[in-house]
Amino acid sequence: MATLRQFKPEEPWQAPEGEPLVRIENITKRFGSFYAVDDISLHIHQGEFFSLLGPSGCGKTTLLRMLAGFETPTSGRIFIDGQDVTDVPPYERPVNMMFQSYALFPHMTVADNIAFGLKQEGMAKAERQERVAEMLALVQIEKLAQRKPHQLSGGQRQRVALARALAKHPKILLLDEPLGALDKKLREQTQFELVNIQERLGITFIVVTHDQEEAMTMSSRIALLHEGRTEQVDPPRRLYEFPSTRYVASFIGSVNLFDGYVVEQDDDQVIVQCDEADTRLLVRHSQPLVPGMAVTVALRPEKVRVLNQLDADAPNQLRGVIKEIAYLGDVSIYHVELPGGKRVQFTQSNVQALAEQPLTWDEEVLLGWSANSCGVLTE
Amino acid sequence: MKRHLPLLITILLFGYAFLYGPIISLIVYSFNESRLVTVWGGFSTKWYGELLQNEALLGAAWLSVRIAALTATVAVVLGTLAALALVRFRRFRGRGSLEVMVTAPLVMPEVIIGLSLLLLFVAMESVIGWPAGRGMTTIVIAHTTFAMAYVTVVVQSRLAHMDLSLEEAALDLGARPLKVFFSITLPIIAPSLIAGWLLAFTLSLDDLVVASFVSGPGATTLPMVVYSSVRLGVSPEINALATIIVGLVSLTVLVVGWVLWKQEKRKQSEAH
Amino acid sequence: MKLKQHLPPARNLIIAIPWFWLALFFLLPFLFVLKISLSEPVLAQPPYLDLIREIEDGLVTIMVNFGNYQLLLEDSLYLSALLGSLKVATISTLCCLLIGYPMAYAIARSPSHWRLPLLMLIILPFWTSFLIRIYAWIGILKGNGLLNNFLLWTGLIDTPLEIMHTPFAVYIGVVYNYLPFVVLPLYATLIRLDLTLLEAAADLGCRPWKQFLLITLPLSLPGVLAGAMLVFIPVMGEFVIPDLLGGPDTLMLGKLMWTEFFNNKDWPLASSLAALLLVALIVPFVLLRHFERRAEEGAA
Repeated sequence: MATLRQFKPEEPWQAPEGEPLVRIENITKRFGSFYAVDDISLHIHQGEFFSLLGPSGCGKTTLLRMLAGFETPTSGRIFIDGQDVTDVPPYERPVNMMFQSYALFPHMTVADNIAFGLKQEGMAKAERQERVAEMLALVQIEKLAQRKPHQLSGGQRQRVALARALAKHPKILLLDEPLGALDKKLREQTQFELVNIQERLGITFIVVTHDQEEAMTMSSRIALLHEGRTEQVDPPRRLYEFPSTRYVASFIGSVNLFDGYVVEQDDDQVIVQCDEADTRLLVRHSQPLVPGMAVTVALRPEKVRVLNQLDADAPNQLRGVIKEIAYLGDVSIYHVELPGGKRVQFTQSNVQALAEQPLTWDEEVLLGWSANSCGVLTE
Repeated sequence: MKRHLPLLITILLFGYAFLYGPIISLIVYSFNESRLVTVWGGFSTKWYGELLQNEALLGAAWLSVRIAALTATVAVVLGTLAALALVRFRRFRGRGSLEVMVTAPLVMPEVIIGLSLLLLFVAMESVIGWPAGRGMTTIVIAHTTFAMAYVTVVVQSRLAHMDLSLEEAALDLGARPLKVFFSITLPIIAPSLIAGWLLAFTLSLDDLVVASFVSGPGATTLPMVVYSSVRLGVSPEINALATIIVGLVSLTVLVVGWVLWKQEKRKQSEAH
Repeated sequence: MKLKQHLPPARNLIIAIPWFWLALFFLLPFLFVLKISLSEPVLAQPPYLDLIREIEDGLVTIMVNFGNYQLLLEDSLYLSALLGSLKVATISTLCCLLIGYPMAYAIARSPSHWRLPLLMLIILPFWTSFLIRIYAWIGILKGNGLLNNFLLWTGLIDTPLEIMHTPFAVYIGVVYNYLPFVVLPLYATLIRLDLTLLEAAADLGCRPWKQFLLITLPLSLPGVLAGAMLVFIPVMGEFVIPDLLGGPDTLMLGKLMWTEFFNNKDWPLASSLAALLLVALIVPFVLLRHFERRAEEGAA
C-alpha cells in the first residue's frame, strides 16, 4: 500500500495567504431532528485530491451532495473560487460529479453521454467532437464510442462516467464512492489511473469513500467524518501517525490503546501509568498535560519489536503470551495476552520464507517499543 | 413447484378457457352462414360484407376512433403531469386531494361519472354558454377525465422505478430542469406513455355508459350503436365487428410484445 | 427532489393543471349531483327545477326538496336495489378471488420466461371490447345458445337451462369482466413474496399446504383485500352486465339509476340514487386505499 501522492514540500493548505478553492463554512444539514452534517467547516485547495472518509451515516455523502447542489444546507455557506454558491443550482456550478451508480443515460451512446454536458454549454459541434475524442483517449475507451451503456462492463461504465464528468473541464470533480463497484485488482489499477489523471489535469478531486485504504492511497488530505462532524483533517501520514482522537486512531488501521493517567511530564515526554497493562509507559508528547489526567496511549502494531531480553531500566516493555496468529502472506499479525488479560497486537513482516524459529502459539514473548513510536490521546 | 405442476397447469387452462371461450365463439359464429347460433349453416363471410355496408355502424365507429384518439392524447398529457407531481414532488399543498382524485375514477361506477358530468355540462351551458349542446366535445372531456387516472397509474410506476441519479447527472452537467425532463426523463418513460395512450384509447373506444349520458344528437358512438343492436338480440354483424376488433387488438399486442421481447433479448445478449 | 427546488413556477403548473382539471370535471360534478338530488322533476329541458327560485329585492328564495330521499327511504324498491347491488357485488368479489387467486399464484410460480406471456394472455381480453364480450355470453347462455345446445347434445340435460336473465348470468358476466382486476394486483403481491420464508418454514417442519396457510396467505392478504375492493366498488354501480344478462329480478342500483334517468326522465331521483351510491362507496374506497398502501409497504 504505497502512497502515490507526489506533493511538493510546500503543501498548499499550509500556505498562509493561499485562497482555498472551496470554502465550506459552518455547514449544517438537518433532516427533522437528525443532524446529517453538524457544523462542518473545511478549506480545500486547488489541485488537492481530498477525501471525505467515514462509516455509513457519517454525513460524507450529504456533504458531497451539498457541494454538488443537490441538497441545500440548513445553515452555513459554501464558497467555490471566492463565489458564494450556497443557493446556486447544480447546473450553474463549476462542479461536476461522478455518481456511485454511474448514472449513464441508457438511451444515448457513450459518445453522446460524454458530449451531453458540452451540448448544454452550447459548445460548437466540431469542438465538441474534439473534446469527446480527448476524453475517450484519456480513459482509454476510444473503441467504445458508439456503444450503449447496457453493452458495457462495469469497469467500462465507470470510465465513461469519469469521462463524462471531466468533459467540461470543471474546476472541481466530485466522486461518490468511485471504486465501490469494482473488484480488488481492478480497484488497485483504477486508483493509480485516477491519481494520474488528477495530477495530469490539475483538477481538484473531492472523493467520498468508506474505504480507508483507498483514501490513504490516493489522497493529499483526508477529512475523517464521524456522526456529522470532522474528527480530523490531515494528510494520510499525519492521520495515521498522529491521530488526534481515539476514534481516528481506531478507524485508521489497527491500534493498541492503553488507558491510563498521567504521572509526570518532562519537556517533551510524559509518563503514563496504565493499570490494565500493569506498567508505566513513556511517550513523547509536547503539549502540557495535567498530572492525574485520564489519557490513552496509542501504539501501532508495526511499531512493536520482539525483544530478546528484558532491560530493567528501559520503559515500554511488556511480557505476554501469543494467543492468536493471522498469516497474511507478507506480514503476520500476532495477538499477545498480557498477565492481566489485556490483548496487545503486533505485526511482523515475514522476512524469511521459512524462519528457523518462528513465533508460535502459547509462546512467551517480550515486546518493546520506543517512546517516539506511540502517542497520547486526550479525547 | 414441480409436484404441483399438473394442478397449476389445470387451473391456468380452465382460467384461460373461461376467458377465451366466449371470444372464440364470437369469432366462429361470425363466419356462420346461418343467423342462428344453434345452427351451423356453413362457412360464410357475408356478415362482414353486411357490416361494411352498415353506414350507421361505420359512422359510429369513425366517430369513436376520433374521440378515442383525442381522449388518449389529452389523457396522456394530463396523466403524465399528475404522475410527475405525485412521484417527484414529495410534499405539496393539495397532494392528498390529488391522490384521491386520481385513484377514485379507477373504481367509480360509470353511471355516477356519466350522470354527474352531464349535470355539470347542463349547468355550465346555462351559466356560461359552453359547452353548447352535448356531443363529441363533452364525450372527449368525460373520457379524458377517467382515462387520465389509468395513465397516471401506468406512468407513475415507471417513473417511480427510474434511477433518479440520471436526472441529477443531467442537472450536474448543466442541463436546466425543463431540458432534463425532455431529453432524459421523457425518453426513458416513453414506453409507459405509449402503454398509457393505448390504454386510454381502448377505454374510450369501449365506453358505453358515460358516453350515453354525456352524448347528444348526432354523436352516436360505436358502443351506443352496438348496445341498441344487442338489446334486440344476437346479430351476426356484431360478431363480425367483434372478430375484427379482436383481430386488430391481438395483432397490435402481438407485434408490440414481439418487438419488446426482441429488444429484451438483444439487451441481455449484449450485456456482459 | 431537485427539480422542485429550482423552478417553482413550473412545479406549481405541473401540479395545478391535472389538479384543476380533476377538480372541475370529477369533483365538482358530484356537487351538482347533490344539488339536483334536492330538486324536483318537471317536464322541461332540463327536466328539473332550479333550486334558486326567485331573486327579488335582494330576497333569494331557495327551495330544497327532500322528497327524493324520502322516496328512497320509504319505497322498498330502492332498498331492494341497494341490497341487490350489495349481494351481487359481494358474491362476485368472492368468486373473482376464488378463481383469480389460484391463477395469480400459478403464474407467479411458473418459470420466469412464461410469466409475461401468461400475464399478457390475461390482459388481452381486456383490450377487446367489454360490451362485445358480454354480448358473447348472451350467445352462449341463452335458451338456444351454445351452452344449452352442448349440454343437450351430450345428454346431460333434457330441457334447456334457464341461465339468461337470472342472477347467475350476472355473476358469470361480472366475474368474466373483472377477473383481471383481481389477478394483476394479486400477481404483483405474490411475485414479491420472499421464497426463502417458505424454505425457512419447511426447514422448521411445516408442510406445503401449511406453508401456504401460515405464510403465503397472510402475507398476500393486503393484495387480496385491495383486489377485492377493486372489484366490489365498480360492481356496486354496474349497469351493462345486469342490463344485458340479468332479468327483472336482478335489481341493482346502476340499472335503477339508468331507468330513472333515461326512461322516467326523473333526473332528481336518479341524482339522489347516485348520491346514495356515492355515500355507500366511501367506506370501501377508504379500505381500498388502506390495503393498497399496506400491500406496498409489505413489498418495501
